[in-house]
Parts: sequence; structure tokens; C-alpha cells
Amino acid sequence: MSGWEILIEAAVKVVLAFVFLLVIVLLLVWAERRVVAVMQNRIGPNRAGPFGILQTLADGMKLFFKESLTPRRAEFGIYIAAPVAALIPALLIFLVIPIGAPIVIGDREYTLQVTDLNVGILYVLAISSLAVYAITLAGWSSGSKYPLLGSVRASAQMISYEAALGLALVPVIMFAGTTSMAGIVAAQQGEILGFLGAWHVILFPSFVIFLIAGFAETNRAPFDLVEAEQEIVGGYHTEYSGFRFALFFLAEYINIFNIAALTVVLFLGGWGGPVFGPQILVWFLPVFWFLLKTFAIIFLFFWVRATLPRMRYDQLMAFGWKRLIPISLAWIMLSMVALGIRRFGLPWS
Amino acid sequence: MSDTPSNVDGDVEAPTVEAPVTGPGLSGDSVDRRRVHDMWVAGTEERDWIAGATDEGAQELLPDDMDPASPIQRGVAVVDDFVEEVPFDPEERQIMNMGPQHPSTHGVLRLQLELEGETIHRVKPIIGYLHTGMEKTGETLTYMQGATNVTRMDYLSPFFNELAYSLAVEELLGVELPPRADAIRVLLTELNRVASHLLWVATQGMDIGALSMMLYGWREREKILNFFEKTTGLRMNHNFIRPGGVAADLPDGWEEDVELVLDEVPKAVVEYEDLLNENPIFLDRTVGVGIITPDECDAYGVTGPIARAAGINWDLRKTAPYSGIDQYDFDVPVAEHGDVFDRYIVRIAEIGESLGIVRQVLEKMPSGDYRSEDRKVTPPPRQRIDESMEALIHHFKLFTEGFKVPAGDVYRAVEGPRGELGVYLVSKGGARPWRIHVRAPSFAAVQALPVMMTDSLVADIIATLASADPVLGDVDR
Repeated sequence: MSGWEILIEAAVKVVLAFVFLLVIVLLLVWAERRVVAVMQNRIGPNRAGPFGILQTLADGMKLFFKESLTPRRAEFGIYIAAPVAALIPALLIFLVIPIGAPIVIGDREYTLQVTDLNVGILYVLAISSLAVYAITLAGWSSGSKYPLLGSVRASAQMISYEAALGLALVPVIMFAGTTSMAGIVAAQQGEILGFLGAWHVILFPSFVIFLIAGFAETNRAPFDLVEAEQEIVGGYHTEYSGFRFALFFLAEYINIFNIAALTVVLFLGGWGGPVFGPQILVWFLPVFWFLLKTFAIIFLFFWVRATLPRMRYDQLMAFGWKRLIPISLAWIMLSMVALGIRRFGLPWS
Repeated sequence: MSDTPSNVDGDVEAPTVEAPVTGPGLSGDSVDRRRVHDMWVAGTEERDWIAGATDEGAQELLPDDMDPASPIQRGVAVVDDFVEEVPFDPEERQIMNMGPQHPSTHGVLRLQLELEGETIHRVKPIIGYLHTGMEKTGETLTYMQGATNVTRMDYLSPFFNELAYSLAVEELLGVELPPRADAIRVLLTELNRVASHLLWVATQGMDIGALSMMLYGWREREKILNFFEKTTGLRMNHNFIRPGGVAADLPDGWEEDVELVLDEVPKAVVEYEDLLNENPIFLDRTVGVGIITPDECDAYGVTGPIARAAGINWDLRKTAPYSGIDQYDFDVPVAEHGDVFDRYIVRIAEIGESLGIVRQVLEKMPSGDYRSEDRKVTPPPRQRIDESMEALIHHFKLFTEGFKVPAGDVYRAVEGPRGELGVYLVSKGGARPWRIHVRAPSFAAVQALPVMMTDSLVADIIATLASADPVLGDVDR
């Protein structure tokens, strides 16, 4: 493969990934509103397009044409940079997520992943830590009190839960023996029912911790105190309007998709699933399985939001530091033992 | 005229710098004095940048040692053994105005918070944003029209407002009601209590983040409002309970409608309890939050579910029964901790008790007239107007001039969903009240908010405020 071909392939993949994410966000916002509406005995948006599926597009257009207000006391440069800084990490994380099995055409293999970094997990952790800057700076630069409270909450919350998130990943890396996303998916293929990784089942506690920390990382209920509208109005984005607000919104939903996709990749076998039928199905069934699993996780996000009240700031911190992190550490120890058994057999055998 | 100070243009002159510096231990050039200076010198650019600056001098949060409310908020002035000095650095504080435009201040309440980080040091509730002078308006309306006015005060319990007002007027008139009128009043008010508590469960859930609770609560309340609409023609502001009885008899088939409510609301309440009672996050957010002691309830005149959650067994339906409510069998739920969770438990239990009363009313609804036979306050029947000139004149006089009420003053109170709702009425013998004053339960609850809120977190402010269930129309009137 010549240099040009690699460049073109990468460029096409980046554009496709971007479009894919935008479409996903459109569906996600609509799906959230409809699903939560059904859970709450409402109807939800059902006017724009079939089943109201274009509602997000209409709302996005509306935001696009709204005036972007700037508070008088805002730090202007940081104020307008923050929404962009929120969006970029969200987009970057998606680059390493494999959404399907590699497609072989002729003698060429195309991976359904923009790039397979060999330090994939570390890259994800590094980039997702950047997201907190956007929220903190947005709140601080607004020159207003509710956003300031929101950004203080955000920095404390996201940094605490980043630790739990990282610790939950350690057993995964130990079991897969790699930090590459494609490698982790490959390590989980084909032991139970042809698509479940046998040893991965015992990572269930890590899965739960990762999911809980993921809720906190994406500022979703019950950890949505960063933007708790009943308490601090809108949190960090109180003073944002128009397109700048739309960027925050976009970043938030891309992050939800990212966390759900990462959960699937790291714990639920990624694109793994029964594959059969003609060649076209062999290509696209993995993508289908991946999306099915991801949307199942996202449905869980919606469900939790419609069910649980919001935690309080001090309870959130106590939960993160006194529950999640010790449990993660203990589980790392236990999974080391399990790994030893897997490699060397039981000590008495 | 020219040498007297004039306030004609509405400007209140800012006091001189020395004027407010009267607190203890303030030397001439202390930091506090400086702060006071900053607060009072209006219109300067310097002032505009102070965190707490507003245009309303009387609504400032004063420096700690000059604020007469501070010792009360610390519990010193109310309960002696609850004095807890929290180290507090004045340089680290910020003053935040929560409301009147805030998603969860239940209307237009404004809370001035003194924060250190997220910890509340002091709270000052500021009211008046919904003041419409209804008590004054009441002086210009005849007794017949008065119910239209009072029903708009506490817009979540309109029947109770009408009932308290009507009871006061009837006491002055000395009118006896037929038993059916009393039974209809009890039926409507107790259903109204259920509707109000359902709305409370809904908003309490919403304010601590359980957004679905809001819609569930409103769904059940809607069934009760449908019955109200069928009975009175309106979903709120009914003007149905009037001096001399009620406006009309219950509609045909009202038994089925009430049966429907009695069937469905208890089922829904069981579902709420499934959703909330053992939910760890709900418990974390409500248990031990916003505590008020019985002594503090007494000191602030707090009544109703807040006082009963604190352990005060006080319910006007038992202690000063009205409309024959003492002939029905019901219990008064009382809890002991006085926190948000106990208020939730008490209100949920009250829904059950009220529905029990409604069922008893349904079973033994007396027949007869739905309003007093006293022609002095009750218009003649419709057919009589066609037949009798005198009846027509009588009807005309009653609705234009109104009926005259003997001179005197009276206070009658009912147990509203928020506590003791009383009407104090002074008559000088005319067709219009000389003075009306409404003893609003929400008002007492709002003035006790600082006691419940001090030393909690911002999130607790919201939970506590929601649990106090203030209706700002009732507070400001």
C-alpha cells in the first residue's frame, strides 16, 4: 500500500466517522426523548418526519439560527473556546473504537475503525481527561455563579470518577494482554456460544464499575449534578445559547455513545456475534451486533435517568472514593489470582 | 411642601454611611463598616460589582454580626441547645440569589444564600414577587363575591380557601347548614388535599432529580381535577364553596367518578412507594435533611405536615373540627424526625387517610338541600323567580347589593394541605367585609426555611424547599 492510499483511506474513514457520529447523535437525542417519554406516560416528539425522527435536526437548526449571547463579565476567548474544547475530545475518542469486524476485499483488509492504536485504552483515558477542561473553563469563563458551581462540581466529579474508570480497565488489560482496542475485541471472541469470551465473564464486577463511572463521566443521571437544572439551573452551560450550546449538547451525546461503545468493546465482545449468510451479511452483521449491544447499553442510560433521583455532591464523592475505588482495587487483586489460575492452572492440580 | 423631604418620585434616599453601623463591636474603620458602606451607597460602579448588590436595600444580606436573623438561624434565639458554631471565613463567601427566576423555587420565591463553596451559611427568604393585594381586594367585594377572590390565594388548595372564608362568614351570620352541604364540603376538600399532596409528591420527586415522579403525580392528580371540573366547571379557582352552602349539587353519577378516584389513586400511591421508599438515593437525599424540631415549629407557627413530621400531633380536623368532619373516622399521621423523608411519609399517609374520609362520605352522603334554607343568604329557587315578583327582586338584591353581615369579628381556620389556613374577618355590618386577613400556612413555612436550611448544601436547599411545599400565591396573597 502506497503512502497516498493510506492517506486517502484515513481521510475517507475520518469523514465517515464524523458523519456516523452526527447521525448517531440525531438518533440518540430523539430516542432518548421518545423512550423517556414512554416511561413517563408522555408521547414525546412525533411531528417532524416519521415518528418525529427529524426533531433533533429541527432543534439543531433552530439553535443554529439563535443568537449566541455572551455575558458581559465573560472571559471572551475562553468562553467561546470551551464548547469546541468539549467537542474535540468526544470526537477523538471515537477514532479508536472498532465498530465491526475487518472487511476483506480482494487481498486488502479494511478495519472498521479509524485507527488501531496499540495504546488504545491509554489514549481513551488521556483524551477523556481533557473533556473536564472544557466544562471547568466554560463554567469559570461565564462570569456567573451557577456555572461556577457547576464547573467546580464537574472538576471534582470527573477527576474522581476518572480514577475509578481507569482502575476498572486494569483487569481487562491484564486479561487481554494488550491495550489495543482491536486486540481486546479479538481476545474476547468465540469461546461460549461462538461469540462470548469465556474468561471475560468473570470481569463482570469491572463491567459494573466501569458502567457506573461511565455514567459519572458523561454527567448522566443519577450523577448529573454538573448540570442539575433543579439546583444550579443549567450548570456550566447556563450562560451558553445558540450554536455554542449546540456544541456542548453534541459533545454530551457523542460522549454517551462513546462510553456505551467502549463498554461493548471492552466487556461485551465488541462486534462479536453469530455471523452467517452471504458475503454482504458477513460484512455487516458484526456492525449490527455492535450497534445492538451499544444501544442496549444506551437504553440502560435512558432507563436509569427516568428512574433514579440525583445524588448530592458529598454523597457522590463519598461513593466514588469510598466505594468504587476500593472495590476496583480489590477486584484487580482478585483478577490477578484468576489470571494466574488461567495461565498456570489451579495450585493443587 | 418645598422644605419637606419628598418621596414623590419613588426614590428612597440611601441612608448615610453612618446610619446602619449600629451593631455590636463595630469600630469606625472595620471591614464590616466598609462592607456596609458598599452595600448602601447605591448607583456607584463600585457597588454594582459587589457580589450581593441589589437595588433593594432592605433585602440585603447584612454582615453576620449585624443581622438580627443570624442568631435565629443558628438556633440561638429559638432552641437553646442547638448552637453550633461553624468556622466560617467571610472572605471565602459568596452571596447567591436563588430565584425569583429559578427552576425549582416553586414560583417566585427568592432565597438569598450566603455560600461557602456549596455549604449554606445563611439563608434569607425574600417574598412579595406575587403580591397582588388580594386581602385588600376582598374589602371591595361583597360576601357573595369574596369566595372568588380567596380561592385564588393558595391555588393548589382552592376549596380550603373557600371553606375557611365561608365558615367565617357563616359564623358571623349564624347560618346553619344542611348536612348534605357539609358532606359535599368535606368530600371536595379532602379530595383537594389528596390532589395537593399528589402534586407535592410530584414536585418533591422532580426537585431531587427523579423527573418521572413529576409526571406520575400529575397523572393521578388529573383524575381528581377531572372530577372537580365536572362538579364545579373549573379545574382550579372553583368558587364552589360559598357562604351558605355550595354553589350547586353534585352532578349525576358523581359516585362513579369518586369511586374511580378511590380505586386508582391508592394503586398509584403504592407504586410511588415502590419507586421511592427503599431507593437508596432517595433516602440519602431526604433522611436527615432539612430538620426542624417541634420547638422550632412552635416558635415559627409552622403547622400541617411539617409540624406533624416533627412529632407535633396537631390537626385542626381533630382539635377544632369543622363541617362535621369529626363524625368521620380517620387517623392523624405523625412522624418524629422532622426531616424531608418524614414529611414525605406523613403526606403519603395523609393521602390514604383523606381517601378513607372520602369513602365514608360516599357511603353515607345525606340527602337534602345542598345549601342553607336561610333566604337571607341563599337566592330563591329558579322556578320561584318566574312566578314571584318578590323572589325576582330578592334575587336581584342578593346579587347586586349582597347580603349584610352583622358587625363583629371572627377567626375560623381549617386544616389545609399545608397546615392551618385561617381567615380573620371583621365586619362593620355592611355587605362587604371591613377587613380580611388570611393566616397562610405557607407563609409560616417559608419563614422557617432558614432554620431548616442552615449548614446544609445547595442540593439540600432544593429538597428542603420542596418538602416545605410553599405556594407563593398563599405566601404573598
